[in-house]
Amino acid sequence: MLAFIRNHKTFESDWLNSVLKFLAGDRLARMSGKFAMNLFVPLAAILVFLMLWTAGAQRVNTSLGELPGPSKVWEQSAALYEEHRAERAKEAAFNERMQARIDKAIAAGKPAERIEKMRSRQYTGSPTFIDQIFTSLWTVMAGFIVASVIAIPIGIVIGMNQTLYQAFNPIIQVFKPVSPLAWLPLVTMVVSAVYVSDEPWFEKSFLTSAITVTLCCLWPTIINTAVGVSGVSKDLLNVSRVLKLNWFTKTMKIILPSSIPMMFTGLRLSLGIGWMVLIAAEMLAQNPGLGKFVWDEFQNGSSNSLARIMAAVIVIGFIGFLLDRGMLTLQRSVSWDKTAVMR
Amino acid sequence: MTASNSKLTRRGFLKRSLLATGLALATGLLGSTAVAAVGDPEKEDLKFGFIKLTDMAPLAVAYEKGYFEDEGLYVTLEAQANWKVLLDGVIDGQLDGAHMLAGQPLAATIGFGTKAHIVTPFSMDLNGNGITVSNEVWEKMKPHVPKMADGRPQHPIKADYLKPVVDEFKAEGKPFKMGMVFPVSTHNYELRYWLAAGGIHPGYYAPHKGDIGGTLQADALLSVTPPPQMPATLEAGTIYGYCVGEPWNQQAVFKGIGVPVITDYEIWKNNPEKVFGMTKEFTEKNPNTTVRVVKALLRAAKWLDAAGPDGDNANRPEAVKILSQSNYVGADYDVIANSMTGTFEYEKGDKREVPDFNVFFRYNATYPFYSDAVWYLTQMRRWGQIAEPKADSWYDEVARSVYRPDIYKTAALELIAEGHMTADEFPDFATETGYRAPQTEFIDEVTFDGTKPNAYLKSFPIGLKGDEVL
Repeated sequence: MLAFIRNHKTFESDWLNSVLKFLAGDRLARMSGKFAMNLFVPLAAILVFLMLWTAGAQRVNTSLGELPGPSKVWEQSAALYEEHRAERAKEAAFNERMQARIDKAIAAGKPAERIEKMRSRQYTGSPTFIDQIFTSLWTVMAGFIVASVIAIPIGIVIGMNQTLYQAFNPIIQVFKPVSPLAWLPLVTMVVSAVYVSDEPWFEKSFLTSAITVTLCCLWPTIINTAVGVSGVSKDLLNVSRVLKLNWFTKTMKIILPSSIPMMFTGLRLSLGIGWMVLIAAEMLAQNPGLGKFVWDEFQNGSSNSLARIMAAVIVIGFIGFLLDRGMLTLQRSVSWDKTAVMR
Repeated sequence: MTASNSKLTRRGFLKRSLLATGLALATGLLGSTAVAAVGDPEKEDLKFGFIKLTDMAPLAVAYEKGYFEDEGLYVTLEAQANWKVLLDGVIDGQLDGAHMLAGQPLAATIGFGTKAHIVTPFSMDLNGNGITVSNEVWEKMKPHVPKMADGRPQHPIKADYLKPVVDEFKAEGKPFKMGMVFPVSTHNYELRYWLAAGGIHPGYYAPHKGDIGGTLQADALLSVTPPPQMPATLEAGTIYGYCVGEPWNQQAVFKGIGVPVITDYEIWKNNPEKVFGMTKEFTEKNPNTTVRVVKALLRAAKWLDAAGPDGDNANRPEAVKILSQSNYVGADYDVIANSMTGTFEYEKGDKREVPDFNVFFRYNATYPFYSDAVWYLTQMRRWGQIAEPKADSWYDEVARSVYRPDIYKTAALELIAEGHMTADEFPDFATETGYRAPQTEFIDEVTFDGTKPNAYLKSFPIGLKGDEVL
């Protein structure tokens, strides 16, 4: 595995390297310095943070009980997982009962379409924490992809054309700082009015949240793509003039590859912002994801609520981190300059 | 057939066939007097809304215990943010039915607030509310409240003892604000009833003049807050008291932010509280589904009040466990358990027995009595939500168009035929008029006769009566 990692710089990272070398049993003496840096120092910092958290939490008393420390949060995370398992067991029991009913119906000779309907019946329990994580991920991906599909072409075009840049710039600058919470009521009204159908593919709340994410995550991508495109090295542009490349080849072979770093910086920023915006949008639009989970726990006001909300906060942060790393890996695989440092 | 089978003689055959025909005729006759079994549901996938309150229990129990499934209904239960969102959801069809305040179907049908014809075939529970005041207000009230021999306050605590506090606040120029959950909620009317009985004016509505704040001529200003946010609003000092359903009164005691002073059981013994509302359109398009929903809810209500070896309410602890799941009410088990299992904590440490705090099935709690509807209509008139005077017959008409004991009867007879219930668990359908006998157990001892609403209105010192229009 070490060899694989070394040969595929896409997955490289100092941290991973040193851990794997340690595990592979390379000479400990030579490794220890770097290893200590990469593994022990972060671990120690995390431990100190946990201790400070425990001490601080005990001092804060809210009307919902003491602020939960790491142990309570851990307990509640386990509880959330248990609830997920219990719900899945209930679903399995429901499916068994449905199967029994289907068998009875077949034996009684009921019409085929009725049997079909029974087969396609879904369990109607409420979404668990794990389900909500996936809903949030779908929603953010939907919003982000739509935003990127709109933003990248616009960014490229305005980066290459100074006139268009001057035209669009004021609009971008004015809409960029708008908070998602300000967009939300407008988006809700528009979706309610426009998206009317008897057999909707998407829930209205899903659309509202996804569109809000799109509106907020367009801007970093547009701006960074524009900057990347307009900052292509003069030498490369001269090469294209010398070779008399047509517009399309110039864009595909010279401009896009050299602006990929900036474009991806923009995409990473957008995804990060989109994930943050999503949680707020879900709280208000009641999309059944992590934002709704936090809101519902707050409304419940049980003595476990704060711990559960904190567990959700940690999960949100962790997922945001994974999304960012995912984008970074994607960037590395697409970038032509593998020696460039990317963190 | 062997020849030794002597039963196969012609006489034997005749006898048996006569017996068989006789039996068939008898069952045929019996069958024709019994209700024909309800047909298959027209709509099987249903979505019901609820607010996070203890008395949504029949819905949760019907789902968790499989009563809905037994009727061939596949239900999703969805918590709503507040009463307005819930009502709008039912009206625009996103929800097929919902746990509603008893006043909502009535107000919607007469057009106070959003207009829509909502009907209810099932009353979800009796009692279940309380009025809580902040610690500060309680400290000021306490000296005025008579004490029992052991030093504890004598119950019921009338609003007469709150009046000096309200007057004090008024003298200082501080408006005495209280919260309730919705302009047509039972809590609003109960709070107003209690305040008015103590001589505190709770304010009038004047919708014909565009004033729906309900604070005209008020000594105490009442405003709307969704139930889960009540304790927080009390703690923040925005309001000095509120009237809300459980578990939000006990929650205030647990968190040490308020003191419940009275339950609505003591204001009006066994008052109607929540109903299950659907649009009239839904019940007309889906009659079988409606009957089946009522059947499932009836079974759930019976389960909730079922007696065990230790007495009534044996299933309540299990019900509390279901309700404390975060997708239902979500509050702590202990907070919900208090009121559901027959005790109510007033001041911290002062727990009293109130076995009928929540009643789901006993005392015909599930039957939609017309007189209940009329009471709510009279209170709407008393406080000006119905701006013009109305004849007694108008009250009766509105009650009949909204409350549907006919659907209830179909469901009940069906359950009796299936053997889940017995006839003595229901009112006598042959003689039931829908109007209860005149009720006397109110905190101010005024008698309520549902057949004479205008006379009833005249018996109150505070409130619109007769031909008064603001």
